[in-house]
Amino acid sequence: MSRKTLTRRQFVAATAMSSTALIAAPYVRGAYAAGKLSIGFWDHWVPGANDASTALVKEWGEKEKVEVSIDYITSNNKKIELTAAAEAQAKSGHDILQMPSWWPHAYSENLEPLNDVMEPLIKQNGEVNGTVKYLGQSGGKWLAVPATPGSQIKGPCSRIDLMKKHAGIDVQEMYPAGSPPKDDNWTLETFLKAAEACQKAGVPFGIGLGETTDSVDTAGAIFQSFGAELVNAKGDVTVKTDAVRQALEFYKKLIAVLPPDAPSWDDASNNKWLISGRGAMIMNPPSAWAVAKRDAPQVAEQCWTHGFPAGPKGRFAPFLPYFWGVWSFGKNKEAAKSLLVHLSSPAAIEKFVVASGGYDLPAYANMTKFKTWAEEGPPKGTLFHYPDPYHRQTLSIAASPAPPKIAQQIYFQATLTKMALRFAQGEKMDTALAWAEGECEGFMRT
Amino acid sequence: MADVVVEQGRLARTASPRKKSTSLRNVLGRKSTVAFFLTLPLILLIAMLVLYPAFYSLYLATLNKAMTKFVGLGNFTFLFKRETFWMVVKQSCIFAITAVIFKALIGFIVAHFVHNIPGKKQRKWRGMLLVPWVIPPAMSTLAWLWLFDPSYSAFNYTLSFFGVGPIPWLGDTFWARFSVILVNVWYGAPFFLIMYLAALKSVPDQLYEAASIDGANWWQKIWHITLPMMRNIIAITTLFSLIVTFANFDIVRILTSGGPLDTTHLFATWAFQVGIQSSDIPLGACVSLFMVPILAVAAIFILRDVNKRGNEA
Repeated sequence: MSRKTLTRRQFVAATAMSSTALIAAPYVRGAYAAGKLSIGFWDHWVPGANDASTALVKEWGEKEKVEVSIDYITSNNKKIELTAAAEAQAKSGHDILQMPSWWPHAYSENLEPLNDVMEPLIKQNGEVNGTVKYLGQSGGKWLAVPATPGSQIKGPCSRIDLMKKHAGIDVQEMYPAGSPPKDDNWTLETFLKAAEACQKAGVPFGIGLGETTDSVDTAGAIFQSFGAELVNAKGDVTVKTDAVRQALEFYKKLIAVLPPDAPSWDDASNNKWLISGRGAMIMNPPSAWAVAKRDAPQVAEQCWTHGFPAGPKGRFAPFLPYFWGVWSFGKNKEAAKSLLVHLSSPAAIEKFVVASGGYDLPAYANMTKFKTWAEEGPPKGTLFHYPDPYHRQTLSIAASPAPPKIAQQIYFQATLTKMALRFAQGEKMDTALAWAEGECEGFMRT
Repeated sequence: MADVVVEQGRLARTASPRKKSTSLRNVLGRKSTVAFFLTLPLILLIAMLVLYPAFYSLYLATLNKAMTKFVGLGNFTFLFKRETFWMVVKQSCIFAITAVIFKALIGFIVAHFVHNIPGKKQRKWRGMLLVPWVIPPAMSTLAWLWLFDPSYSAFNYTLSFFGVGPIPWLGDTFWARFSVILVNVWYGAPFFLIMYLAALKSVPDQLYEAASIDGANWWQKIWHITLPMMRNIIAITTLFSLIVTFANFDIVRILTSGGPLDTTHLFATWAFQVGIQSSDIPLGACVSLFMVPILAVAAIFILRDVNKRGNEA
C-alpha cells in the first residue's frame, strides 16, 4: 500500500495555480444561467393561438437564458380557478399564472406587487381602461398585468340580413368598417324594439338568463346603462333604487321576447343559437362567428360585431379581461416580471391578436386599431368595431363598482339575472328587490 | 392476566437476546400483524385522501372568508339564515330521495325480468343493462345535455312530430328537476339491478316451490319470500345509493349548473359555486359538511336495522 505525502510547498503551489487558472479562464454562461420559470397560461380555444404564446416565451427564454416550462390550463369546468385556489393554498406552483377577471383581488394577499412592471407599460402602450384598473389594482398596488390572450368584449354580434329585414336596422351602415360609428340612435329602446320585431319573425335575440358569465355580463352592461348598482363603490347595498327598478322593468320586457329556455343557457348556448341560424343577435366575442365561419359559412358571412346600445346613463360594453399574476411565493419573480414586460410589448400584443384571429383584446388605449380587425372576414370588416376603436363605450364588468370581493359574489351567484328573472316570472318588484338585498347583505362577509 | 404476560415477556427478553428475536418473529408471524401490514397501504391512502381532507375541511369551515381568523361556528349560523341554503337542503332531499326510490323500483322490476331470462341470453341482457353504469357519468351526461339542448334538442325534435313542445327541459324548474333526476336514475338503476339480481339468485327455489304448492300467487311470493330475503341487500344498496346521490355533482353541474334560479342546486354544486367560483372557501366547506349529519342519520337507521336482523338470524 503506497502512501504519498503532500508537502507544504507543493500545497501552496497547487493552490496558486488553481486560483490563477480560475481567474484567468473566460466566463462561460450556462444555457439556463438565470434559472427556471414555470408558467400556467389559459388554454386558448382558437386553434393555433397557443403557438404565439409558446413562441414569444421561447424567444424570451433563449435571450435571457431562462429555462421555461408552460402548462396550458383549460378554462372548462373552472380548471384555472381550481389551479389558482390550490396553488394559493399550497403556496407553491407556477411562477406566473394567468387568471380570469376577479382572481387578482381574490388572491391579492398572495400576489407580488407589479407596479414596477405596469407603470412603464402604461407609458409605453397607453392608459388602461377603468375595468382593468378596478380588477387589477388594489390600494394603488398593481396585483397583476392585463393579459391580451383571453381578454374580450362581449358586445352584440348581429345578423346583417335578419336585422335589416325584420328590425329595419342596417348594422353595417350604423357601424361602418373603417369609420366611426353612427350610433346615436342605437339605444336600449331601439334594441328592445328590434328584439320584439325579431321575436315576432321567429328569430329572437339569443341572450342567456342563466348563471354563467355570458348571461351575467349582458345583464351587467344593461344595468349599468341605467346606472343601476346593487352595491356601490363604498360597499353600501343600493338595491332599492329607481335605477334598479328601471333596469328590471326593461329586463322584463326583454325577457318576454327571448327564447323560453334562456334561463337554462350556458356560455355555449348563445353560440349555438347564432350558428344554427335561429337568432338575429347574440352578445359574444367573435368566437361564435369564428366557429360559424368553419361550420356554417352562410351564417358567418352575415355576422357583424358592433357596439352595445346606449342607455340613459351611457353606453356600456361588457369587458372581461384576463390577467397574468406573479405569486409572491414564486421562486423566480424577477424573471417572471421580465417575461411579463416582454409579453406586453406592442409587437407581442399584435402577435397575440393576429394568432387569435382578432379574438384577443389588449387592455391598452393605443392598441385598438390593428390590421387584423380591419381585414378579418367574411364579411370584410366584421370585427372592425369589436375592440371599440373610437372609444365610444365604457368597458365595464357586471357588479362593478362594488368592492371587487363583494362584486365577485354578485357576479358568480348571478344575482342580476336571477333578480330579473324572478321579476319577469311574476314575482312582485318589491319581493325581487328584497331577495336581492338579502343576497347582497350575505356577500358582505369578510 | 395481561400484566403477567407482559411481565413474563420482559423477563424473557432480559434473560436471552435470542428469545427477543423469536418473539419479534412471533409478532410478525401473527395473522393479525400480517393482515395489518397488508392493509397498511390502503389505510395510509385513506388517511391521506379521505381523513386529511375531511379534517382539513372541518378546519376550513371554522375560518372567516379571508381565511385569516377563527370564527368557530359562525359560518354555520350564517348559512342557517340564508334562503338559498334551505332551498338547497330541500332540493338535495327531493333529488336524492326521488332518484333512489325510482332507481330501486326500476332495479327491482328489471332484475326480476332479467332473472327470468334463461342462461346465455341473460348474460347478454345483463351486459347491456349495465352500460349506463359503466360509462363515466361526465361523458354520458354530456350526451344527455345535447338531448336536452335548447337549440338542437333531439327530444323536442321528436316530440314536434306529435305536435308536442318544445319543452324547456332545463329552463323551467319542474322540467329541470325532472331532467336531473331522470339522468341520475338512468345512470344509477343498473347498480340496483345487479345487486338485486345477485340477491334474487341466492333465494332458494324450494321456498317458491313450497309457496306454489300452498297456492300463493306472484304477489304473495314477492311479499312473503322475495322481499324478506332481500331486505338486507335492499337496505345496504339504498344506503350506498343515498350517500352517492346526495353527494352528486357532475350531473347537475353539467346539465343545469344549479339553475334555473338555483332550483336544481345540490350541496356539492352549491358548495362549488360558493367556495371556488365566489372565492369563499370556508363557506363552501361549510356547505359540503352539511351532507355529513344528514347521511350519518340515514346510515345509523339503515345499518341499525341491518344489524338487528343480522342478530335475529
